[in-house]
Amino acid sequence: MDDAMTRTPPQPADPPDRSSSQDLYEADIAVRGPQRHLRYVFFLFFVRPVMLIIMGMNVRHAMRLPNSGPALIVANHNSHLDALALITLFGMQRLHQVRPVAAADYFLRNRWMAWFSVRVLGILPLDRQVRRRGKHPLTPINDAIERNEIVLLFPEGSRGQPEQRQPLQQGIAHLAKLHPDVPIVPVFMHGLGKALPRGEGLLVPFICDIFVGQSMRWQGDKATLMRDLCQAFDDLENEASKPQYPID
Amino acid sequence: MHDPIRLLGIARRNVVDDEAGLAHLTLEVRVVLLAVFAALLMASLVSIAMVRFKPHRDYSELRARIRTWWVIAGLIAACLLVSPTSAVWFFAFVSFLSLKEYFSLIPSRRADRRVMFWAYLSIPIQYAWIANGWYGMFIIFVPVYLFMLLPVRMILIGQPKGFLQAIGAVQWGLMGTVFFLSHAAYLLVLPVAATPRVAPAWPHDLASTYPGPGLLLLLLVLTQTNDVAQYLWGKSFGRRKIAPSVSPGKTYAGFLGGLGTTIVLAALIGPFLTMMDVPRSLMAGAIIAVTGLFGDLNISALKRDLGVKDAGATLPGHGGVLDRIDSLIFTAPVFFHFVWYCYG
Repeated sequence: MDDAMTRTPPQPADPPDRSSSQDLYEADIAVRGPQRHLRYVFFLFFVRPVMLIIMGMNVRHAMRLPNSGPALIVANHNSHLDALALITLFGMQRLHQVRPVAAADYFLRNRWMAWFSVRVLGILPLDRQVRRRGKHPLTPINDAIERNEIVLLFPEGSRGQPEQRQPLQQGIAHLAKLHPDVPIVPVFMHGLGKALPRGEGLLVPFICDIFVGQSMRWQGDKATLMRDLCQAFDDLENEASKPQYPID
Repeated sequence: MHDPIRLLGIARRNVVDDEAGLAHLTLEVRVVLLAVFAALLMASLVSIAMVRFKPHRDYSELRARIRTWWVIAGLIAACLLVSPTSAVWFFAFVSFLSLKEYFSLIPSRRADRRVMFWAYLSIPIQYAWIANGWYGMFIIFVPVYLFMLLPVRMILIGQPKGFLQAIGAVQWGLMGTVFFLSHAAYLLVLPVAATPRVAPAWPHDLASTYPGPGLLLLLLVLTQTNDVAQYLWGKSFGRRKIAPSVSPGKTYAGFLGGLGTTIVLAALIGPFLTMMDVPRSLMAGAIIAVTGLFGDLNISALKRDLGVKDAGATLPGHGGVLDRIDSLIFTAPVFFHFVWYCYG
């Protein structure tokens, strides 16, 4: 492959020299959460026109989405646009309830990014290094579920190779065990990895196909949940790639 | 000016039209637009009656289809009311939607993204030539300059493996969704030559100032009527299939019925809407019936090849934008060049 096409931006390494003031700022902004009006305006006038007109979303089984929180939406991850597509899916009425989970080391890597990610995009920062500091990494998600929010999770962990699924991480099962009554809805997305794949800065319009799966709940053990979830994604992916015409 | 009927545009006197900014729409165009909405109203009422009298059958697809027709006709009428230029940019938007649908359907390599980006960029440029009435550039920009520029972009990226397939697929889509479709928009700015091959038969003097909206409306009404007529005649009498492996729905009886219907309608409204006399209108009807059939089959073949039933889901009840404009992609350039040959 040509190197111009495979070049990836420098990945945010474990930031060793984070000042304590940066930590304080992050902690402060994460507690303050999204600025509701700013976020509303940003999604209404920027994100929605881009996602619905420039890109275009083709949603199957939208009725399976929960009308209100708490809920866990679990999706595959191809692009930065995934979270924007999922939030758009819920419409403006439910916007204030919808919070995408995103990696703190990437999205809070400087003050401006932290302000924009939390105050405008409304992410729930997931600190992948927090365990060393004696806190549980899933605490912010737990809190959000207890606030009856709709939490968007990407259990593949990172965006990975565009349009290729990766193994799911176990964190989702842990959350399900803590909240056995919260519905878990799998969502399979296809196409955004072409529009803005990892390592590309140029947005090229492609229609995004979104398949919403049946909601599921905690059944008593982690292995069952992970198996059900993988099966649900397999089924949705099959539905997405099934030829609608008999090919003769 | 404040007379509501005049504001609706039902007036012939030029002064009033100029005040309301509607001089570009002749009385005939307005009558046909109203007739289109009347036909849609009929369709809505009939479909509501069908739902009422046969409650056990599912008409939701038909109802969605008619509702979408209201939106399409409403958008086109609104753009035409504002100005011919706004209608040109409406077609640019349709080109964008259909090219995006096409690019989302075809298999592509990661390297092709940048070539596709340039293809998208060509849309505003192509329609800017039209808005400015630059015929020479409009007619060569895509088939000459982009035909060269897109391979150049791909060459600079590298990756010769799959070059022909990738560049061929991008060019094919661009020709149909942008170049061919933009001919419909060029009808809006088409100038009539001082000494044309065929003497224009204007319905009245004012019509010669703005021939564009009438020509476009004739093309759209005939193309869509032909689609519907071929379908209905085929459903009623169709037996022998024209291209069974491409589209089982297209039959000789459907085609001939559609051809007859379109020619009759063309002879009725062609001389009324445009400068075309009856013989020219008959020919236009025949051209649209034949090219419309193959435009439809063209997109059917694409969908068969890719294994999809609809090209998208943008238009409820119709499928994608490509499913709706499939015939128009072929009728627009041929109808345009017929008019251009006679009067341009």
